[in-house]
Amino acid sequence: MSTVTTDPHAHAEHEHHGPAKGLKRWLYTTNHKDIGTLYLLFSLLMFFIGGAMAMVIRAELFQPGLQIVEPNFFNQMTTVHGLIMVFGAVMPAFTGLANWLIPMMIGAPDMALPRMNNWSFWILPFAFSILLASLFMEGGGPSFGWTFYAPLSTTYSNDSTALFVFSVHIMGISSIMGAINVIVTIMNLRAPGMTYMKMPLFVWTWFITAYLLIAVMPVLAGVVTMVLTDKYFGTSFFDAAGGGDPVLFQHIFWFFGHPEVYIMILPAFGIISSIVPTFARKPLFGYASMVYATSSIALLSFLVWAHHMFTTGMPVAAELFFMYCTMLIAVPTGVKVFNWVATMWRGAMTFEVPMMFSLAFIVLFTIGGFSGLMLAITPADFQYHDTYFVVAHFHYVLVTGAIFSIMAAAYYWLPKWTGHMYDETLGQWHFWCSLISVNVLFFPMHFVGLAGMPRRIPDYALQFADFNALISIGGFAFGLSQLLFVALVVKCIKGGEKATDQVWEGAEGLEWTIPSPAPYHSFTTPPEVK
Amino acid sequence: MALKHQPVVIKLCLLTAAMFGFGYALVPLYDVFCDLTGLNGKTSTMAATAAAAIPDKQREVLVEFIARPNNNMPWVFEPVVHKLRVHPGEIHRIDYLAHNITGRSMTAQAVPSVSPGQAALYFNKMECFCFTQQHLTAGQQLLMPLQFYVDPALPEQFSTITLSYTLYEVDAVAPVTAETATGDNNE
Repeated sequence: MSTVTTDPHAHAEHEHHGPAKGLKRWLYTTNHKDIGTLYLLFSLLMFFIGGAMAMVIRAELFQPGLQIVEPNFFNQMTTVHGLIMVFGAVMPAFTGLANWLIPMMIGAPDMALPRMNNWSFWILPFAFSILLASLFMEGGGPSFGWTFYAPLSTTYSNDSTALFVFSVHIMGISSIMGAINVIVTIMNLRAPGMTYMKMPLFVWTWFITAYLLIAVMPVLAGVVTMVLTDKYFGTSFFDAAGGGDPVLFQHIFWFFGHPEVYIMILPAFGIISSIVPTFARKPLFGYASMVYATSSIALLSFLVWAHHMFTTGMPVAAELFFMYCTMLIAVPTGVKVFNWVATMWRGAMTFEVPMMFSLAFIVLFTIGGFSGLMLAITPADFQYHDTYFVVAHFHYVLVTGAIFSIMAAAYYWLPKWTGHMYDETLGQWHFWCSLISVNVLFFPMHFVGLAGMPRRIPDYALQFADFNALISIGGFAFGLSQLLFVALVVKCIKGGEKATDQVWEGAEGLEWTIPSPAPYHSFTTPPEVK
Repeated sequence: MALKHQPVVIKLCLLTAAMFGFGYALVPLYDVFCDLTGLNGKTSTMAATAAAAIPDKQREVLVEFIARPNNNMPWVFEPVVHKLRVHPGEIHRIDYLAHNITGRSMTAQAVPSVSPGQAALYFNKMECFCFTQQHLTAGQQLLMPLQFYVDPALPEQFSTITLSYTLYEVDAVAPVTAETATGDNNE
């Protein structure tokens, strides 16, 4: 099991049964590993496109006053940056990891619905082409913020809104199909003996995430459809003139939006729960409590949406309800953080790049969680609402949370995917550059936010100038650091030290029992799990 | 293999469809919820009957009146008085002036909103121009009446109530909305 096939003839024979050649391989593929790769590469491309938009934002904000772009274009950048990062970078990256890893982790030969899997990936490039193309329309692309609040997106938007709506529809369909596939795979294709409570946590967190996706992506589809019909077909869901209510938009949007943020973090919890035990060389502390904590977070996520709306004039009773529910989420999240710390306690730890990103995740995600708790305090939120403090908060949970976990996962499983060890030195450089620059980028945002700098503005008061220059420098450094990651991935695909089956000394799980690189078809006969 | 997956796939597709429906169901649910709680300052569309309660002479509430035409509405629209100190339970009548300064006949609908929202449940309109649409010919002026009383049951913490009207042109809205505009819970 631990020997790697190096015989070139065996390799050639393997190729023969392997993938088709050329572009058709990728277009027609129903193989979970190919589709996983496509998702991951697509996500990386989107990460850089969304990142380029962030660079435009930071360049404009480097100095007060209007320097580089028009305010309307600035607003398009903030809007499309958000949409691309949420729906184009983070979500497809997690779906890609799910495609690659779930079948290998539960001992299944492939995803349960391989043709649908192909389709759910291949509609994504169309969705994002439509969205990006809308930027070149007369009057520009969507500029109402990624939250597309009515009436900004209905009464005051231009015709690119129609393209925005259709692209969100396609992204939603893609996510829902991906989620259905994950659930069916996990329910029906687990290897004999793999009970639910023996599943790796990454599989568990994805199982719960998939249910969240099915529960809320249709609500997003509904709300964008309402925006579309309000704008073009004379309905008045959000228009007071016809009996609607713009605040209703916010309720429906955040009913989707809050579970959405957990969609972007639960798989991250699964990744960290896989990596920390490996490099601490100890089993995960409190496996069952991790499963229950994830489920509680998912259930609570449906009861907290209005904490995004504290300033809309809700009754005090409702504000208190949403405040307490929100704070309650800190309990299961705390359980997770303590479990990771307990896993490391007295472990024989080593600090390879995946572990470094995981440790950074635990610390920095917790900072993001704490600023979230501050925002949950209703009276305090009246000060923080719509300031850079909010921007700091959600970038701590999404960049140093979700993105760092995706980076950790990429480093952790890259040897299994490519069959080569990545360049550890280059990886450490990438980690340290990212870690330092990301904190230079986002930490001062807390201060300018508390001092009253509003978000989504191209210009700002003079007293914020120094911090903003610093933030922009951090932003450029973080953006450039990610090029190291691309160089590393390319280098690792091309060659490098051969990886063993187990890759990491302390790694446990079915995916580490098959050769590296993982053969095109794995677990064609299910393994026996004891 | 496919047969094994079918039941789960069907259930998940139904769940997806149900959640899409739920998104739309939130619209009427929200209206019912607002009616019950007065959330968002929605007042009743029904004319209130005369106050049965005795006016509470001990207490005074300041009622402020705001009126504005919608962005695309060229009329002049304002209350004749802007503030009134009232005793809860007392019936008052004030007028709003509407003036169609354009050269064409237009139909308008005023939509009320009360702030703070929870006070909406205690603000009763016995007669209001907002219950019907207003048709004004070119250059025509009209004094439109509002008769109201504040329910003496208004909780102690409210000392000021702001009633705001926004005036919309009805013709500008596509005919599809006629249904929603006259719908029972909508205002």
